[in-house]
Amino acid sequence: MKANVIVFPGSNCDRDAAVALQSAMSAAGNVMSAPKMVWHGDSELPESDLILVPGGFSYGDYLRSGAMAAHSPIMREVVRQAKSGTPVLGICNGFQVLTEAGLLPGVLMRNASLRFICKDVYLRVERDDTAFAGHYQKDQVVRIPIAHKDGCYFADPSTMYLLENEDRIAFRYCEEDGAITEAANPNGSSANIAGIYNDTGTVLGMMPHPERLIDPALYGTDGAKMFSSLVEKLH
Amino acid sequence: MAPETPALSEELVAEHGISPEEYVRLLEELGREPTLTELGVFSVMWSEHCSYKSSRVWLKKLPTSGPQVIQGPGENAGVVSLGDGQAAVFKMESHNHPSYIEPYQGAATGVGGIMRDVFTMGARPIANMNALRFGSPSHPKTRHLVAGVVSGIGDYGNCMGVPTIGGETNFDPRYNDNILVNAMCVGLVDANRIFKSAAKGVGLPVVYVGSKTGRDGIHGATMASAEFDETSEEKRPTVQVGDPFTEKLLVEACLELMNEDVIIAIQDMGAAGLTSSSVEMADKGGVGIDLDLDKVPMREEGMTAYEMLLSESQERMLMVLKPGSEPVAERIFTKWELDFAVIGKTTVTGHFVARHNGTVEADIPLPALAHAAPVYERPYEKRDPLPAIAAKDVSAPPSILNALERLIGSPHLSSRRWIYEQYDHMVMADTVQRPGGDSGVVRVHGTQKGLAVSCDVTPRYCAADPYEGGKQAVAECWRNLTATGAKPLAITDCLNFGNPERPEIMGEFVSAIEGMAEACKVFHFPVVSGNVSLYNETNGVAIPPTPAVGGVGLIADIAEMSDIALKADGDVILLLGKETGHLGQSIYMTVMEDRLEGAPPPVDLASERVMGDLVRGFIKSGTVDAVHDCGDGGLLVAIAEMALAGKRGVALEAPPADMPAHAVWFGEDQARYVVTATPDKVDTIKDVAAIYNVPVRVLGTVSEDTITVPGEAPLPLGMLRAAYEDWLPRFMTQG
Repeated sequence: MKANVIVFPGSNCDRDAAVALQSAMSAAGNVMSAPKMVWHGDSELPESDLILVPGGFSYGDYLRSGAMAAHSPIMREVVRQAKSGTPVLGICNGFQVLTEAGLLPGVLMRNASLRFICKDVYLRVERDDTAFAGHYQKDQVVRIPIAHKDGCYFADPSTMYLLENEDRIAFRYCEEDGAITEAANPNGSSANIAGIYNDTGTVLGMMPHPERLIDPALYGTDGAKMFSSLVEKLH
Repeated sequence: MAPETPALSEELVAEHGISPEEYVRLLEELGREPTLTELGVFSVMWSEHCSYKSSRVWLKKLPTSGPQVIQGPGENAGVVSLGDGQAAVFKMESHNHPSYIEPYQGAATGVGGIMRDVFTMGARPIANMNALRFGSPSHPKTRHLVAGVVSGIGDYGNCMGVPTIGGETNFDPRYNDNILVNAMCVGLVDANRIFKSAAKGVGLPVVYVGSKTGRDGIHGATMASAEFDETSEEKRPTVQVGDPFTEKLLVEACLELMNEDVIIAIQDMGAAGLTSSSVEMADKGGVGIDLDLDKVPMREEGMTAYEMLLSESQERMLMVLKPGSEPVAERIFTKWELDFAVIGKTTVTGHFVARHNGTVEADIPLPALAHAAPVYERPYEKRDPLPAIAAKDVSAPPSILNALERLIGSPHLSSRRWIYEQYDHMVMADTVQRPGGDSGVVRVHGTQKGLAVSCDVTPRYCAADPYEGGKQAVAECWRNLTATGAKPLAITDCLNFGNPERPEIMGEFVSAIEGMAEACKVFHFPVVSGNVSLYNETNGVAIPPTPAVGGVGLIADIAEMSDIALKADGDVILLLGKETGHLGQSIYMTVMEDRLEGAPPPVDLASERVMGDLVRGFIKSGTVDAVHDCGDGGLLVAIAEMALAGKRGVALEAPPADMPAHAVWFGEDQARYVVTATPDKVDTIKDVAAIYNVPVRVLGTVSEDTITVPGEAPLPLGMLRAAYEDWLPRFMTQG
């Protein structure tokens, strides 16, 4: 599998994401090339099987998270390839960038608590028929950390209706037993949304960080299945 | 050509924090009257903050060497070897005065400054910690200060992508008007690629990189060298403003440039900005330095030489490069969209020269700034130790478990989750022990090695007995590292005290250093970097002596690491160490009786060392399943913390009958650890401990989901957890 990881000057989860992908490749006996790190100022993006937009603070995010990054030279290429069907995974700040770039609907607003929150949360898997979630089962509860200040997902009612009816919600914040409750919602997101797909299920944006739980030494391995699924399905 | 210099008024000299005696010395060193710019330069370089003039003679008492030490005090940060050609670079620094005046920016720039100290040495920062002291929860400013400091620390470290893996927070009315914000950073570097600050060589380009210079932070170093009064709020303009995104660019650009073989010396512009960085580099290199201030990238117009030299604008670095390598450096800094300017050169003159608009604004012999700074052997008075208080003179509670609930739900012991969840503690995906245990631990990327980090001091002990308190700070840090299985390597310190011109404060300082030095020697646990913050007092009332210690330890293989969480029902809980039931200066005394009296628990360093080595051996051999240092709040609090972390209950046996029960459960005797083991390992633990004369007592077993002690109704873990988790969020959302 060939993967491109987009690196903005303020990205800080680019290495973590590349490591997670790389270890999934190694585990699958896949000895193909390491994920390629692509600088934000580049205007050319090598053709690939997966584009990963990692977490961080793209350009400092003093304006609005991801707003400036959405207009960087490389994002024009990301948008073009995404529209032609190349799978794109945006994690945390990457999710914010994908919404600002118009690849995904809605916005990520300041957390309801107004504070940065870093902790493990439970997610209910809403779909398992995509390249991203193929190693999870629908309705399975997984534990993945969040770390953000602007993760409150919001969209207008017609978009929300579309997301629900087109089965485009990827993950929802839930209790340990899978119940969708207000108490389990860490940031005030509409309908407890933690991640959404585009209309073809090829672009996924999510606030939680699967790349941070890929190893028992890091308190869990629930994140690893996203990368193993991508490696298998996009082979 | 020496500048034209009319005599400066006494008031102006005094406003610069220079005493009449110091001014006489300044005139002798310079051989003439200084310009206003020169007076400004002297004022910051001779300030307590930059010159360590009150503390220097005493700091020499601290041991600073050992086979593991690659770089001791004197550079931007200390360096210790991790084996395999790797090294850890670390330092702790205070940002107390600015954080009280402007908590968000003060704390943020404190974090930014300490990270710059670490990456200046060539290291990538891999872990942050902080030690915070706030006033009483009932003080009207406390909530505002906590909120601002925590969010300032979080926003800066989070944006940098460096995990904040722990720390400590105290509430004590003695910090009402002087909070303490001490930030620590640990970085990782190849031992053969460490960068230093000596600008050796003449005619070399002096390069300025990073943010532009503005008027912020002028006289920050001088502010940090004076006490507060009612007018302190007016000092807000002396607080710097942080820009973590620029710092993120700066770390990446600097590390990228460090891969090229072009840097001769590098120094971050911290306190006293351009002045301090250029003076230190030139002085260490044994050369002069000539700065053309017209070349300095400016954020605002019309700044004078005085303002430019004293500005503490953040996210700036000064470098001395190999001649001809400017284009390589410029290309990298342009890529990262940072300012880059050649602003001067090193010279043979041995002088610090600054020119602006065609005028020589300063021309000072470097030794006058770097070495002629006054060094004071200030008079000091040591206090008589307080008499010990017998356990029977501290009243027993009606219920032990009820007392536990009160203690663990108090401001002193309650969960710090509200704080650490605002810090990204997992970024870099190597955090193998998250906040809430004895130490934070990060894996050395790509290896099985772990770095344990802990920040410690117990201010109430130090206030009661600075000598024992100094010992205890080092001992507790040593224990916290040991409890993870780490071999403690070295410490950095952050010595926070009141006004050293008062003999009783100087006495606290001297005693604390003596205690720390003693402990460091016994543990072979040297001090490799540090910082002194004096004048932490307002209207003549000083903070408790607070010598914060930040320690780093090495875990050879994280698979052999231990933590505080109880692991399995049926495991036996054991106490290692001697019990005396010491309640003086305990959390029990302050929570239950609202008083802090008597001597703090004495620290037997020899026992500490034996205990530490014993426990580390048990961890390495896999004999124990969980380990926790027995500290604040005593034995029962330690057990409760282990239960909460492991989500398992405990059934405890009756305590020894020869001591009051509350003294057994809540006494704060030092040199103790609580461990758990499967029943088949208990005899081994007893046998080995007996060889070292270490007492072992079986406390009970891990079972179900309640805390039980004989004769009382079981305390459900859920209730204990509610008490533990409730206090801080509730406090922060009130009013």
